[in-house]
Amino acid sequence: MLPTIMNYIINPLALIIPILLARRTTNSPKRKIIGYMQLRKGPNIVGPYGLLQPIADGLNLFVKEPILPSTSSQILFILSPMLALTLALTLWAPLPLPSPAADLNLNILFILALSSLTVYSLLGSGWASNSKYALIGALRAVAQTISYEVTLGLLLLCIIILSGGFNLETFNVTQENMWLILPSWPLAAMSYVSTLAETNRSPFDLTEGESELVSGFNVEYAGGPFALFFLAEYANILLMNTLSVILFLGSSNTLFSPELMTTNLMTKTALLSILFLWVRASYPRFRYDQLMHLTWKSFFPLTLAMVIWHLALPIALTGLPPQL
Amino acid sequence: MNLIIAFMLMTTLIPMALMLISFTLPMMTPDYEKLSPYECGFDPLGSARLPFSIRFFLLAILFLLFDLVIALLLPLPWSSQLPLANHTFFLASTILILLTLGLIYEWQQGGLEWAE
Repeated sequence: MLPTIMNYIINPLALIIPILLARRTTNSPKRKIIGYMQLRKGPNIVGPYGLLQPIADGLNLFVKEPILPSTSSQILFILSPMLALTLALTLWAPLPLPSPAADLNLNILFILALSSLTVYSLLGSGWASNSKYALIGALRAVAQTISYEVTLGLLLLCIIILSGGFNLETFNVTQENMWLILPSWPLAAMSYVSTLAETNRSPFDLTEGESELVSGFNVEYAGGPFALFFLAEYANILLMNTLSVILFLGSSNTLFSPELMTTNLMTKTALLSILFLWVRASYPRFRYDQLMHLTWKSFFPLTLAMVIWHLALPIALTGLPPQL
Repeated sequence: MNLIIAFMLMTTLIPMALMLISFTLPMMTPDYEKLSPYECGFDPLGSARLPFSIRFFLLAILFLLFDLVIALLLPLPWSSQLPLANHTFFLASTILILLTLGLIYEWQQGGLEWAE
């Protein structure tokens, strides 16, 4: 009985609750970092050095009145943020940190498949809001997300061929000698930019283009549902960064101290997240056709060539990975 | 019950609980202005269910086709281990060359032009 409760209830909660709390704890350093990059101080009133600011923000959002617009499609309006957060949290289950909460053999396939479902929540919220801004924002967001998913899928397929299987734990073994970023740094660079675009993050944040569309697909959301979208976005960002670290900057699983690997992994994730912020503070927003040009005309042809390269070279130089 | 199903159940229940809290905790005073759709303070001009640009539809169709080709390429990690790797490489290259030809045709016909 106790192992059942541990496995099925406490383990998932032990993964989910820190993810939800992670937004609270990391948001404050994030805002201070962006503030100092823009030569201003971030929030510094609410707690010591402004550390309690995100908690106050969260409380603020949940106490505000949520709005159900009279002209919206009510069920879809309520379901979309729930779908977004559900997917964002479920995607953490198969990540090996170093041992996953749900040990699936086809880890990456599961993650790729579920991350493609997030477009439904974007589309649903835009459509259900029954507002022109929301609809245009949602369409642009969906077009951007699906475009970058094509290249992301092919890029991940390249390193999966090098590593030998769809299981993320084989990546730890693959990277025992050196990080995969060294042999496949073009792939790492393209996949980093693709994850920036997938999570609708600057400089690809047209969907929340604040100066253009007010707030894009979540213009009609207030209070609690908005908080759910926000939580989902942060969980997605952390997830994409953790995935990039596992794939390209992996740490080996030292058998007798798995906590060392977790610390190692999460430190690198934090560094990649700071890089996200750095990019946000540095570059202006892409114009939409530039964004589409980047993926369909720059990344995609190179990615196709990379697939043939990564398929041909291991076969030709007898460097195929061991089959599990 | 499967572990991943249990996990998904947990991740479904938590957003549901959060939504319930957000709709019951605050004081709700709906009035007409609050519930109307947002258009910079004006009354909305025309219906919001606009006909949308055909380019989005074209992009979705492109994504569909290329994703299907990716689905065909998914067995590569296992098929590259087959004893006759030549066959694998030949077939995978055929799929990729067809995909590339499709991309070239699309590019040349202007389907990717300002493909926003």
